[in-house]
Amino acid sequence: MLGFSMCITLFGPSNDFRSGVSTWVGLDKQLSIGRVVGFSYEDPTVSGAGKPVTVILDKDPQTGAAIDPPQRFYVYTAGTKFSPGVNHTELLGPGVEELSLQKGKIDQADISRGAVFTVSKGEFNGEEIDYVENVTATRGWDPQRTLTAAGDENSRYVGKGKTIFISEGCWWCHTLLPEQTQDWQMFGAPPFLGDFNGEMPTAFGSDRKAPDLLHVAARNSSREWMEMHFFNPRLVQPNSIMPRYDYLWGKVDAEGNTIDYAKWRKEYTAYLNGESVYAPEVPKPAANSEVRALVDWILTTLK
Amino acid sequence: MLKYLFAKNDEIPAGSATIFFGFSSIFWFVVGTGLGSFNAAKLAFPDFVTGTEMFAFGHMRQVHVLAVIVGWISMAFGMTMMYMTPALGNTKLWSEKLGLWTVFLWNIGLSLGLILLWLGFTSGREYSDLIWPIDLVVICGVLVPLGLNVWLTIAHRKTQGIYITNWFFGACIFMVIVVFTVGTAPELFSLSGLTEAYLTFWFAHNVLGLWITPVAAAIAYYTIPKLTGNPLYSHRVGHLHFWAIIAFYSTPASHHLMSAPLPEWLKSFASVEGVLILIPAVAFVTNILLTMKGKWSMFVENVETKFSITGVMLAIPLNMQGGFQQTRAINWYVHGTGWIVAHAHLALLGMSSFLEAAAVYFGLQQMLRRKLYSLTLANLHYWFFLIGFCIYWISMTIAGLIQGAGKIYEVPYIDVVVAEHPYMIARWVGGTMVFTGNVVWLYNMWMTAREGTLVPRGSYPHEMAYDR
Repeated sequence: MLGFSMCITLFGPSNDFRSGVSTWVGLDKQLSIGRVVGFSYEDPTVSGAGKPVTVILDKDPQTGAAIDPPQRFYVYTAGTKFSPGVNHTELLGPGVEELSLQKGKIDQADISRGAVFTVSKGEFNGEEIDYVENVTATRGWDPQRTLTAAGDENSRYVGKGKTIFISEGCWWCHTLLPEQTQDWQMFGAPPFLGDFNGEMPTAFGSDRKAPDLLHVAARNSSREWMEMHFFNPRLVQPNSIMPRYDYLWGKVDAEGNTIDYAKWRKEYTAYLNGESVYAPEVPKPAANSEVRALVDWILTTLK
Repeated sequence: MLKYLFAKNDEIPAGSATIFFGFSSIFWFVVGTGLGSFNAAKLAFPDFVTGTEMFAFGHMRQVHVLAVIVGWISMAFGMTMMYMTPALGNTKLWSEKLGLWTVFLWNIGLSLGLILLWLGFTSGREYSDLIWPIDLVVICGVLVPLGLNVWLTIAHRKTQGIYITNWFFGACIFMVIVVFTVGTAPELFSLSGLTEAYLTFWFAHNVLGLWITPVAAAIAYYTIPKLTGNPLYSHRVGHLHFWAIIAFYSTPASHHLMSAPLPEWLKSFASVEGVLILIPAVAFVTNILLTMKGKWSMFVENVETKFSITGVMLAIPLNMQGGFQQTRAINWYVHGTGWIVAHAHLALLGMSSFLEAAAVYFGLQQMLRRKLYSLTLANLHYWFFLIGFCIYWISMTIAGLIQGAGKIYEVPYIDVVVAEHPYMIARWVGGTMVFTGNVVWLYNMWMTAREGTLVPRGSYPHEMAYDR
């Protein structure tokens, strides 16, 4: 009896999951996040090592031709493990798998050389669908040169950001799954079947002590607001019970100056006591700081 | 303890494993509820201890959850298995030495896992947050040896039948090994997407349904007849409970994911099975309460009975809530709110913890052959535990209803946070009371081991508790 009941609920659903066709959201998520978020060989300290970088390009780094509108590319430098869909193409779902292999040539991607991927539009059985394209194979892009061409301002450390979201336990309070109720009107539409293909962990969360975040960047896309909110949530929302994440800034700010947390707190206390009119300025995060990655992930993926 | 790890099995006094399991479980209960109280303080007063990653809520919450589930509850189960299984089979524990090794590895593995979680090494999956190397330690170093000991003790029994408690013990260890392995599978095999989410919640629910609540119920099947001297009201109803759990309780996991794009048939299946949980629940509660016939005065006089019956009575609201809140009609209102937090604490801190506390009180006195050091302190523990739990449960239920209303009527979230603030403070007060009670308990048990009156062979410590 136990076996029967367990089999229904373990093997039954897997057939339904397998038929799910990757949506654009699903492809974008898994390519920008990389292989695994959480504990793994590549990143034992769960600090976001070995993740791909998402870049937004309006110019072809190889030929210089314009890309209009600007498009996202996912750069896997040499040695970075590929996302699940590239290694296990059946995860992409029927149609997407065929196009990604035939037109996208994702089977030619080589870890030792690295690769650049993008999500392209193609036609399958008369329907327009998104598929994964291995740009290194189809257009000859070199990962390192693509990164250089994009520069830091167009780079998004999405995979590392999601790792920070997991290891800091943000999802203990913020779900990533709007309920199928009037919740939709507050937090946006619920996800589709193919939105999660290749993502791990999904981190839906079961307890909501704070707003749902699945579409948060669609409601608020201000990087400055996000930084203030992470440094001390009570700077922008006096009644918030969110913890302060000032430690994600690390030791130095964007200019390389040491951040004096003691001084900041003293000035903040003075502001709370009414001794000064303005709260102290929040330091600009450095490009390699954890908060930069976290904000990149939120603004790039949670739309 | 260390000297016994390499001693010959015959040289180890019977009951050693029970005693070490018992004290470890109380220790982890103190740690777990202490962390719970600390976390609750952070939710009520967000600027309480800030500026360091180590004490951030996101790091501490999972440590609290796993310290309680793996430390307190599961170790109390280990303890009860170490003394109930041989007692019910009229035999010795198969290997006292293996039992000691189990408790030793358990403490080491759990401490390591919790420290790693604390530092941020997490698998990122709710309730199976431990990283997979630690998961393997739990399966190979803890669950399988524990199972071997219990199964072989049952196999070497000197009685004819197998009492209902041992049915549960033997089956639940087997099931928890399956559940734990399946729950770890996404990490071991890089399963991703909805499969991963579903297996995570399959684990998260089944660890409750196939391990925590049935084993706690099995404990009551032993303690209540033992304490009252009444035979179990009905073995048949006990077997109905057992087989109904096996049939209905193994799967209702997808109700946690009602909003996810899971197949609709699966959600309906989960809802129907969830309501069918009422069958084992009613069987269990009636069976135990009818066993109390003629001995209800013990509910007032005897501290172990007091704990046990409180636990059994808390199973009534627990299963009523659990059965119905996963139907779609109710789930849409309460899902993801403080109501669920209250419900989870009703299962773990309410029903099962009260039952285990009774078993740990009883087993430690029995194995140490010492009378409880102080009955007053035990009663103090009971009332702190019960009142603290009730404050927690009621305040979180109300907070959950407020949150549900906010969700349905599209109230801006921050207004819900403001409205919940008083209940968050109440939650912290309740949690702190439970923690205080547990510190008292640890002291009481420690003093029992050192200074409690020795109990002569042939009488039970709890019978002597009222001798003046």
